[in-house]
Amino acid sequence: MKSIFKKPDISLRAYRVWQRNKDSYKRFYRANLIGALGEPIMYLFGMGLGIGGYLSSLEGMPYIQFIAPGLIMVTAMYSASFECTFGSYTRMTGQKTYHGIIATPLSIGDVVMGDILWGATKSLISGSIMLIVILTANLMKGPLIYIIPLLVLVFIVGLLFSSMAMIATALSPSYDFFSYYFTLALTPMFFLAGIFFPLAKFPLFIQALAYLFPLTHAVNMSRSFVTGNFSFLNLLGFPILLGLTIIFIIVAVNLIEKKIIQ
Amino acid sequence: MSKDKMITAKNIKKRYGKTIAVNGISFSISKGECYGLLGPNGAGKTTTIKIINCLSPISSGEMYVCGMDVEIFPRKAKALMGVVPQDENLDPDLTVVKNLLVYARYFEISKKEARNRAEELLKFLNLYEKKDSLIKELSGGMKKRLLIARALINKPEILILDEPTTGLDPQLRHMIWQRLRLLKKNGITILMTTHYMEEASQLCNQIAIMDKGKILIEGNPLKLVEKQIGKEVIELRIDRDKEAELLIILNDFDFAHERVGDTLYLFSRDGQDLVKFLISHDYSHLLHRPSTLEDLFLKLTGRGLKE
Repeated sequence: MKSIFKKPDISLRAYRVWQRNKDSYKRFYRANLIGALGEPIMYLFGMGLGIGGYLSSLEGMPYIQFIAPGLIMVTAMYSASFECTFGSYTRMTGQKTYHGIIATPLSIGDVVMGDILWGATKSLISGSIMLIVILTANLMKGPLIYIIPLLVLVFIVGLLFSSMAMIATALSPSYDFFSYYFTLALTPMFFLAGIFFPLAKFPLFIQALAYLFPLTHAVNMSRSFVTGNFSFLNLLGFPILLGLTIIFIIVAVNLIEKKIIQ
Repeated sequence: MSKDKMITAKNIKKRYGKTIAVNGISFSISKGECYGLLGPNGAGKTTTIKIINCLSPISSGEMYVCGMDVEIFPRKAKALMGVVPQDENLDPDLTVVKNLLVYARYFEISKKEARNRAEELLKFLNLYEKKDSLIKELSGGMKKRLLIARALINKPEILILDEPTTGLDPQLRHMIWQRLRLLKKNGITILMTTHYMEEASQLCNQIAIMDKGKILIEGNPLKLVEKQIGKEVIELRIDRDKEAELLIILNDFDFAHERVGDTLYLFSRDGQDLVKFLISHDYSHLLHRPSTLEDLFLKLTGRGLKE
């Protein structure tokens, strides 16, 4: 148990792994972006206008306005999760890219951190595009300066879900495992993080459960930035998300190290 | 520890669970040497290389690369080595030249320097025309050459090759040997594993034969063969029941012998007279040849199938 929380050996050379991923991404970015953005945009307009057509308002705002901030977070969550499950797993097992890299002065910690930073970067890319869609649809009601903390939040959500995905990658015996990860870990968050409806009408224990999900805090913060109903209490989400991220990164590095270095 | 020792292993043991992969080996490799680790599959060669390359923690013992303990200074030790792994692990998401440039970045080599070295190395290994190809467009031999180029991008003090020519055609094998000899001339220290005895005799000035995690014998390959086997080998196809009769009439000659299957091997320092004698006694179904490293290898590790 102790070895999972061992201090990881991470250096600035993690940036070299990030660069490597960026270089390879340049070849595939179009297909990649369509995959990452298609779904949230369809949710935004499909549900926003479809269900929104039957609802005069939710919590005092049009339905599409209610779901838009959460969908930025969902986009960030799924971008990071895909990158650091399927992407990282392929680099670790099939392609043996990790093995090639750790024969150089880089450590496993550098490789894992580089992949996590890259996953967060992909969250930032797709989250930003989602934000542009929301700006264009005139759904950003808060002051434009709130875009800065919003993007910081997107990046942190990216780091969090990348490191969580890395843990899944370390534990996964094959690609099949990831379908469990997505349906059992991410889908509940998708539904219960308060993106599509307020949690207030759920039984208390479900509400309590939802507050254990990091995505719930992210969605609350995002909503406060996008709708402009901002209070400093919302900022409490940042230390929660960052704290979880640090724990997940430490566990991820140790688990991947166990898997590769034998 | 003397200064010109590039690699020093001190009583290295490595266990995976209950199996012992390396069981207390010690050796040292001097600067400019080409050191061959030979042994059947599962002898512990690849594990030994992984330990040197800081990719496998040691169960007990110490390993030094250029005087640095690999468990304490893995990053510094890895910066001095170039590794050609047994399993190809080129980056399939990048082109040939980009593979080298990205790898150079892992060693913090400047962009300009990396570009110069990549070009030089691609020419050195006859890959320059392929520089913009994708990895999946390369043949097995090209991939191996690119792996060697990649291992040289950081101008390593030590080049480590794990079965560098397994699965390659003879032309390519000879080309790679030539390149390795050139590198050796330039003073690079080479450590290689192989189970091609010809490869070891062509390249290595020092070998160690491993089996079951131990080093059985170590030294200069030519001297080892001569000392352990003799200069010449006579292979004789002869039935088992006639063997005793033959050995009686050969009583005056000085030789060692070993039977494997349908063949009787006679090892001798000077086989000419022995061959003449055999032919004159109607044992004409024979092969007379110089002894090789393979004879030594088989003598030490056994002729039975290793599984």
